[in-house]
Amino acid sequence: MKIFNLPEKENMRPGHLACQGCGAALAMRYTLKALGEKTIVTIPACCWSVIDGPFPYSSLKVPLFHCAFETAAASAAGIRAGLDIKGLEDINVLAWAGDGGTFDIGIQALSGAAERNENIIYVCYDNEAYMNTGIQRSSATPYGAWTTTTPVKHYKNRPKKDIVAIMAAHRIPYVATASVGYPDDLIRKVEKAKNIKGTKFIHIYAPCPTGWKCKPDDTIKISRLAVETAVFPLYEIENGYKYILNIKPEVKKPVTEYLKMQGRFRHLTEKEIEMIQKEVDFQWKRLLEKCNQN
Amino acid sequence: MKKVITGNHAVSYGALLSRVEVIAAYPITPQTQVVELLSEFCAEGKLKAKFVKVESEHSAMATCIGASAAGARAFTATSAQGLALMHELLHWAAGGRLPIVLANINRAMAPGWSIWTDQNDSLSQRDTGWMQIYCESNQEVLDSVIQGYKIAEQVYIPLMLVLDAFVLSHTSEIVDIPSQEQVDRYLPPFKPKYKLDVNDPHAFGGLLGPDHYMEIRYLLQKDMERAMEITKKADIEFKEIFGRSYGVIEAYKCEDAEIIMVTSGTVTSTARTVIDKLRERDKRVGLLKIRMFRPFPSKDIKNVLLKAKKVLVVDRNISYGLGGIFFEEIKSVLYYEDKHIPIFGFITGLGGRDVTPNILEEMIEYVETHDKPEEPILWKGVKL
Ligand SMILES: Cc1ncc(C[n+]2csc(CCOP(=O)(O)OP(=O)(O)O)c2C)c(N)n1
Ligand SMILES: [Mg+2]
Repeated sequence: MKIFNLPEKENMRPGHLACQGCGAALAMRYTLKALGEKTIVTIPACCWSVIDGPFPYSSLKVPLFHCAFETAAASAAGIRAGLDIKGLEDINVLAWAGDGGTFDIGIQALSGAAERNENIIYVCYDNEAYMNTGIQRSSATPYGAWTTTTPVKHYKNRPKKDIVAIMAAHRIPYVATASVGYPDDLIRKVEKAKNIKGTKFIHIYAPCPTGWKCKPDDTIKISRLAVETAVFPLYEIENGYKYILNIKPEVKKPVTEYLKMQGRFRHLTEKEIEMIQKEVDFQWKRLLEKCNQN
Repeated sequence: MKKVITGNHAVSYGALLSRVEVIAAYPITPQTQVVELLSEFCAEGKLKAKFVKVESEHSAMATCIGASAAGARAFTATSAQGLALMHELLHWAAGGRLPIVLANINRAMAPGWSIWTDQNDSLSQRDTGWMQIYCESNQEVLDSVIQGYKIAEQVYIPLMLVLDAFVLSHTSEIVDIPSQEQVDRYLPPFKPKYKLDVNDPHAFGGLLGPDHYMEIRYLLQKDMERAMEITKKADIEFKEIFGRSYGVIEAYKCEDAEIIMVTSGTVTSTARTVIDKLRERDKRVGLLKIRMFRPFPSKDIKNVLLKAKKVLVVDRNISYGLGGIFFEEIKSVLYYEDKHIPIFGFITGLGGRDVTPNILEEMIEYVETHDKPEEPILWKGVKL
């Protein structure tokens, strides 16, 4: 029985180097299903620069250009310009970066490209830390999480940066969140992005069992809980103002269900969890307001 | 067609005539006129290129890299802080074997803020794997852009041409602007062996273990070596079409010279007048202009300098803790020779201080009156 109607053609091969249960590997697989073969990918330093495999191998069936850590958006803009001047406007250019490469070191180039409305699809697969270098905090690391640079005694005490709002503030045609736990929704969004001209930014939630200290077979469960608890809601923003909520849980589950599945939150006290719950509730309310505005 | 133009506009005309396809650049004094004129060329439709107006030099180089990997002829121009900001990307371009051409206006590095010329910005990028050409005149600047693509695209190595801030960048000279037809005859369209192609998908620049890395870098060095001959050939072909050539070095009145002064950039023009004047006084002095710095024309330099009794190197730069950069490189070129030639390394003109004929003459006087330098670095003009 088919649960989802996903495009069958695979543009990613088996034999890649991702860890078991890697959300980033799934994210790429789904994204390339949606984009098809007429796609060129550029990847900065991140887990994916390893996952693809060592020279001379590649697990992608489409051309892949490895670029410097902070340059995903600028590299993609360059590829776009190079293709356009040759009349190859129908080829998708995909910038594929981690949260570190997007929220932190690459944000300048990303902001520049978005402001110019470069005709690229920028995907940030978010595993909420620098995983390639061994689980250091990024500005995408959520409040309360352990990483090797935010040890339990000094856990991350600032909220996750709101990259979606930042991108929407550039008034680009399309910004969306997506999750590997909802492949049909993810693929629909990538397909939608493919048919829009300008900068498209898709923020994909991608669990990292190695870094989150959770079970590899829980990747999907955790991804779905992130949506069901409203820790990571799925929504779209068109042209910087039109908010569309994609999934509204009938009953919002308590965040503790989500947190307790991950070792990175093990140290949190009841009180701290309560604080996190409050913050999630507050942000959820704000999001609903934005969505209902329209 | 002859026109009176600045060095910066000579760069723009060079890029126009080379039919560059993607430009990505960010403004910095004293480079701004390069991109301003190119913007106009693009806006008027004179130049069919995509001009990506990036938010930094860092992104300028990243964009050129992406464009070149996609098979387009890419161009950028910058200076000093901008070039330094590109540093990591310069390695990516050379390591990725992407024949981008970059015009760098030599400007001193901050702090304190200086917009005036010296060579520390470009020489700090010596080991990134880029070719480097130092220009003496606006004509040479324009010609070097065109030659630059001709050379770079044969060896798949990016090329940086360098011109002095203000002395060239903002100074107008008569420049013979070649016709498009001539340039098209000289410079064929860029058709790279490998590029990002959905019909022939490959991964570029992926994980390279110890089993492969060294060979890839060995090949880069081999092609650097090959680039020397290719540059000479490109220069001869250039002469056939345009009637001008520059060589990788130029020996001026060196035949019977006992003292040879070595220069680069616009100091060379000043030195020419000094040599002419001293020759009138029957002094046996000559001048060696270094045009190509990477690959370093070691053999050519040696052939000229071995005839001299003493050599004097003028550096408008410094490798802190050692000395003048051209000086050090030239010393190493002569190391294996039986003939021992005293070499005098002068540092002068940092941060745009004028290098006048008098200064150069005093250097020669010093060399005439000393068997060897009294100090490893001979500073000229320091007021402390
Ligand atoms: C300029 C630069 N600084 C640091 C690094 C080291 N580095 C490589 S990947 C990485 C972290 C990547 O994190 P993220 O973008 O979140 O991707 P992930 O590894 O989590 O998939 C870092 C810090 C680098 N390659 N380049
Ligand atoms: Mg990450």
